[in-house]
Amino acid sequence: MTAAERGLRLRRWLRTVGFLVRKEFLQVFRDRVMMFEMIAIPIIQLLVLSNAATFEVHDSRVHVVDEARTAESRALVRRIGASRYFTVVSSDPSMAEAERDLATGRAAVIVRIPRRFTDRLAAGRPAPVQLVLDGVDGATAGVVRSYLGAIVEGYGAALEMRATPLAVRSRGLFNPTLDYKNFIVPGILVLLVTLIGTLITSMNIAREKEIGTLEQLNVTPLRKSEFVAGKLVPFWLIALAELTVGLVIARLVFALPMRGNLLLLFGAAGLYMVVALGVGLWISTVVQTQQQAMFLTFFVMMLYVFMSGFMTPVESMPGWAQALTELNPVRHFLLIMRGILLKGAGFADLWRPLAALGVMAVTVLTLALRQYSKTTG
Amino acid sequence: MTALRGFIVKEVRHILRDRQTLWLILLLPLVLVILFGFAIRTDIRSIRVAFVDPSPSAASLSLQNRFEGTPTFRAAATVASTRALDPLFRSGAIDEAVVFPADFARGLGRGAGRLQILTDATDPNIGSTMTAYAEAVIQEWAAERIGSGAAGPGALVSVRTGPAVAPETRLRFNPTLASEDLFVPGLIALVLTIVSAVMTSITLTREKERGTMETLLVSPLRPWQILVGKVAPYLALGFVNLVTALAAARLIFSVPLRGSVPLLLVEGLLFLLVCTGLGVFISTRTDSQRAAMLASLAGLLLPTTVLSGMIFPISSMPAWLRPITYVIPARWFITIARGILLKGVGLEVLWPDTVVLALMATLLLAASTRLFKVRLT
Repeated sequence: MTAAERGLRLRRWLRTVGFLVRKEFLQVFRDRVMMFEMIAIPIIQLLVLSNAATFEVHDSRVHVVDEARTAESRALVRRIGASRYFTVVSSDPSMAEAERDLATGRAAVIVRIPRRFTDRLAAGRPAPVQLVLDGVDGATAGVVRSYLGAIVEGYGAALEMRATPLAVRSRGLFNPTLDYKNFIVPGILVLLVTLIGTLITSMNIAREKEIGTLEQLNVTPLRKSEFVAGKLVPFWLIALAELTVGLVIARLVFALPMRGNLLLLFGAAGLYMVVALGVGLWISTVVQTQQQAMFLTFFVMMLYVFMSGFMTPVESMPGWAQALTELNPVRHFLLIMRGILLKGAGFADLWRPLAALGVMAVTVLTLALRQYSKTTG
Repeated sequence: MTALRGFIVKEVRHILRDRQTLWLILLLPLVLVILFGFAIRTDIRSIRVAFVDPSPSAASLSLQNRFEGTPTFRAAATVASTRALDPLFRSGAIDEAVVFPADFARGLGRGAGRLQILTDATDPNIGSTMTAYAEAVIQEWAAERIGSGAAGPGALVSVRTGPAVAPETRLRFNPTLASEDLFVPGLIALVLTIVSAVMTSITLTREKERGTMETLLVSPLRPWQILVGKVAPYLALGFVNLVTALAAARLIFSVPLRGSVPLLLVEGLLFLLVCTGLGVFISTRTDSQRAAMLASLAGLLLPTTVLSGMIFPISSMPAWLRPITYVIPARWFITIARGILLKGVGLEVLWPDTVVLALMATLLLAASTRLFKVRLT
């Protein structure tokens, strides 16, 4: 084959794909409800959910059971009430009443100061204070326990003017204000764009099967590669556009830091989107109906949400589950997103997840090409 | 009434005929609950720590050994200067670093030792917990050295053994803060919300897409009968899902069941009614399966995950956002399920949540019946 022939072939291939892309765009933009959903769902959710996803504790309701009733015990209660994390809602000496408040959720924690509190303090022996927490709200219980423990111990230290022989200075890197939004916004954005992208691609071919238009496409001289490219390119462009809009919103509304190279970020995003949409396309070729496509997409999305380190740390999972997350493209892309945006990481720091995405892109495209068959029946 | 019975029989046949989809519906929720029940941990189990030790001494090595001896910390690297930490943090190879100054041993001997802890606070919640863990290891180590006199006579003077005020913590209802006990009820609520909403919204929009809705509309069935006939079989399927998921929670994860089982099942049925009602409502607003699925999956997955309180405590959310969580059905069911399973409380505590669910079900079904279009355009 001469160079001229090859050039002609490529031009013809691009022309055909171009027609298909135009057809997909027409079909997407024609459905007003779908258009509205594709734009409104990610934007609204990004704005609302980013504010909701936090473990911060404020105004946690404390029920105080002060059995000591001395100046010291009252000073401790004042100290707890003065903290911005706690509000003393009830100060009733009956423990039974307090337990009832805990069960109904009127109080989140009981602080019980026993009768011997002041005597023990005066004797120079450790004075116990009992904290009873509602363990049903596990995340809050952990935070409340450490905050309240610190206040109580701090009160003890203030009494004793205790000095430590070892001064420890601690610093949180990359997120000095400890703003949970910086952590969660990239995750929410990635998942929203992935969700929309995977859904529309996974239902696309299934829909053509159901309506019967796939057979019409199959009898045309269209090649497999042209078909797959024609299905992938339009949604790839839409997904990247959504990601860009989302990043602009994250920057303007949530002041998300962007410390690294944005060009690298978009390069990685382009690669990641090939994987994410490729998975959608592959689902689409395996299933018979849109309903099945939907259930498989749901399953995959659940894996994306819960096994990617989006909310819960991958390192805490058992070994087999951690190994499983290596197959999860969202896990790798989240590492890249958070690395570039929050830590200012560059290519040298992120080559591993980038390579993983590259391997996945090739694999998933090959699978989709193989799976798609032009013959039916 | 015979018409309705006939219609339900037809629907059941439809469901039973499509074996592939039926298996998907029955197994998917169960697989998700079991998989995530094992895989997801919200506690921190493995912290990779690096040591910066420019002049190793007996004291600094002893503290490093102490870190390695804990089940939580894993020594990932020992470097000579803080500059070497940057790439390790950026690529995510380490979570935390303990920095010894060059004169650590000498300072410690004088009772003025200094140490620095650097923590990757990209996830602020995990970051502060990791810092607290490291501080605890160091303080305990320091206290023991002082106790044994290893820190030199100067240090002994300024330290007393044991804190002045000792907080003792008790956790009610979930003493070990077991992840499964909290997470599994939330997971069940999430999966059931989506599967139920998706199934019902699809079954109605499919009739519209295929044109068989016209046949139904000209039949002697009344609009409400069409809705009942569509909802009833899926409600039954959802109930099977609920029972198998609860059985898995009980048998595999030993989630406690302290309250009444019949109450839990009735509340579950009420919750499923809300979810299927949501599906019907979505189908009255959309004409294509694609649009219906986008609304029921993309519109529900992340909002239910983030706003239901299954992971992020509602009490932590900003005040303006808390009312938004009221519209999430799973929020109410999670409170009910945790109440019955973990706290063993009954309707005397859970009646407000039950009333809200009942109201939601009534509103959704009434609105859907009114909005159900009897004429095609």
